[in-house]
Amino acid sequence: MSSPIIEIQGISKSYTIGKKEAYGSLRDEIMQTITAPFRRRAKGAITDADDTTIWALKDVSFEVQEGEVIGIIGRNGAGKSTLLKILSRITEPTSGRIVMHGRVASLLEVGTGFHPELTGRENIFLNGALLGMTRAEIKAKFDEIVAFSEIEKFLDTPVKRYSSGMYVRLAFAVAAHLEPEILIVDEVLAVGDVRFQRKCMEKMGDVSKAGRTVLFVSHSMPAITRLCQRALLLSDGRVVQDGPAHKVVSAYFRSGLGTSATREWPDLDNAPGDDVVRLRSIHLQDEDGKLCEVVDITQSLEIEITFDVVKPGVVLVPACRVSNQDGIIIFQTNDWNPRPRQMGYYRGTIRIPGNLLSEGMFFVTVAISTLSPGVTVKRVVEKDAVSFQVRDCSEESPMRSMWAGDYPGVVRPNLPWKYTWTDIKQT
Amino acid sequence: MKNEIVIEPKRGWVPVNFREIWKFRELFYFLAWRDVKVKYKQTALGVIWAILQPFLTMVVFSMLFGRFAGIPSDGVPYPIFVYIGLLPWQYFASVLGQSTNSVVSGGEMVSKIYFPRLIMPVSTAIAAILDFCIAAVILGLMMIYYDMSVSATIVLVPLLVLLTMMNAVGFGMWFSALNVRYRDIQYAIPFGIQIWMFVTPVIYPTSLFGERYAWLLALNPMGGVIEAFRPAVLGHMPIPWTALGISAAIGLLIFVSGVFYFRRVERYFADVI
Repeated sequence: MSSPIIEIQGISKSYTIGKKEAYGSLRDEIMQTITAPFRRRAKGAITDADDTTIWALKDVSFEVQEGEVIGIIGRNGAGKSTLLKILSRITEPTSGRIVMHGRVASLLEVGTGFHPELTGRENIFLNGALLGMTRAEIKAKFDEIVAFSEIEKFLDTPVKRYSSGMYVRLAFAVAAHLEPEILIVDEVLAVGDVRFQRKCMEKMGDVSKAGRTVLFVSHSMPAITRLCQRALLLSDGRVVQDGPAHKVVSAYFRSGLGTSATREWPDLDNAPGDDVVRLRSIHLQDEDGKLCEVVDITQSLEIEITFDVVKPGVVLVPACRVSNQDGIIIFQTNDWNPRPRQMGYYRGTIRIPGNLLSEGMFFVTVAISTLSPGVTVKRVVEKDAVSFQVRDCSEESPMRSMWAGDYPGVVRPNLPWKYTWTDIKQT
Repeated sequence: MKNEIVIEPKRGWVPVNFREIWKFRELFYFLAWRDVKVKYKQTALGVIWAILQPFLTMVVFSMLFGRFAGIPSDGVPYPIFVYIGLLPWQYFASVLGQSTNSVVSGGEMVSKIYFPRLIMPVSTAIAAILDFCIAAVILGLMMIYYDMSVSATIVLVPLLVLLTMMNAVGFGMWFSALNVRYRDIQYAIPFGIQIWMFVTPVIYPTSLFGERYAWLLALNPMGGVIEAFRPAVLGHMPIPWTALGISAAIGLLIFVSGVFYFRRVERYFADVI
């Protein structure tokens, strides 16, 4: 009963790059095959010194219990997608062993296997079969899939005429109705409109509530903290953190910088941005100007962004967006300065007053755009770049008074109550 | 618990997982069905192409080789002779071509979805059978026109079609797997198929070479099949069992080795594609 549904033991995956490229020539390959018996003896000496091998995953081990929802996070190139590909049996590990108990379905990309010339109805069957469903299963689920995807009217239209939103909805709908024991999902929620993303999140929540096991890669930290109890942080192909989701998410933000409250891009060329503006840093600081990743609910918090304008004469609109751990946008604030900016180093701050946000984890997205009628050029978008926690620890918080239980609401503004009083007897 | 999946690096030769292929059996059908549905989309003539291709080839070949070059045809009207040769040959050529490209053209699926990869080169053989059947109807009409009767040995035709299928898929597995790593294959194959037709008794009878060299043509897995196809339909001469046997044995060898080669290298498809 208590044996894990997935056991991953020492998985490594290496890719060879450089000289022995994937697209080798036929002649090289033949030569290698012929000379193989002669080279084999010297092999031990060569492999360790071979610097053209990169390890996408290195000795990754963990166990997953039935019904767990696990988030896998890490920066680009940390090995997340490779791990999912191995778990999905798309590619083989170089060494190690995985044992899984149960039917596995993986959704690494929405809409693969769709054929543009076929209709929505036909693609449901084709895609279902590709994902391992039988015709009978697809038929039984057909109405549900169609209802979820909201494309009833276009069911008999070739999918090449679909909008990208419709396409994604249909594809997710098929995969979401697989009913596997283990569901593996890679970053699919990054597509589609916000409303549908929410619906997908709910569906994934339902899947896990039904006792199924979900492994989920995302760059969206709010999605991770909301959906997963447990998270793994990968870095350079290794598991560096494994634990409760919110802890691992904070560790992720802190990784390399010591805190989740700041991000800096010292190298101008690699800083987010384009030939007009480059984002240099984002800091969260308290009233005294000290870096601050945990703020008391009564205290204010300052968001400071700095950026370099490297080409003069462009109107720039910096914006900050704060969202909570459920992915709900609490607010967004823009600096609508209509004057073209001069070249230089800009430092901008906004202050979030105390007694406004509720308790929990918050994420700050920073964007810098140029708006002209009909066109918006997004020059910088750093999604969920920094995070902070709001804690309600003070005894005499004006918001709580004597109440010690959960406090509802996505915000908790301290609004003064005003009364007029009239004696009832007089009326 | 049921359904245990073990993932570990495989080394050397990998046996075919028949249980899994059985589980995915409907995918053969769906991929073939997709190919059929899509094949003649946005064409003005549609399925008529399935008739036009062999028919026009037959007309041109009859003029060139039958009339001008005067190639013998074992006493059968040359158009009938060449058409019966073209039927299995064009089926073979079309399956081989599609099969070779199947893995690379389905690269997106290979790198994102797990399913038994063998289904890709194999399913192409199913879709093309429809074109074969349509073209076969024309043969029937031609035989009525030439007032020829069908031999009882026509019952062998399904077996011969099966052998053609085996040959095409056998080579298809080899070439589709090689094509993942060496895209040279996709350029070599269309050209190779053309040459191949001329060393196969499609436009000429084996008897043209005499008894001494007949075995040489039988080494070509399609040689014996096509040589047997004509007497199976027309009964104008005995079926060349020896040649058919040699061809079938070589074809089987290609097929089995193709399966094993494909299984051996499919592990790196997703990394290389």
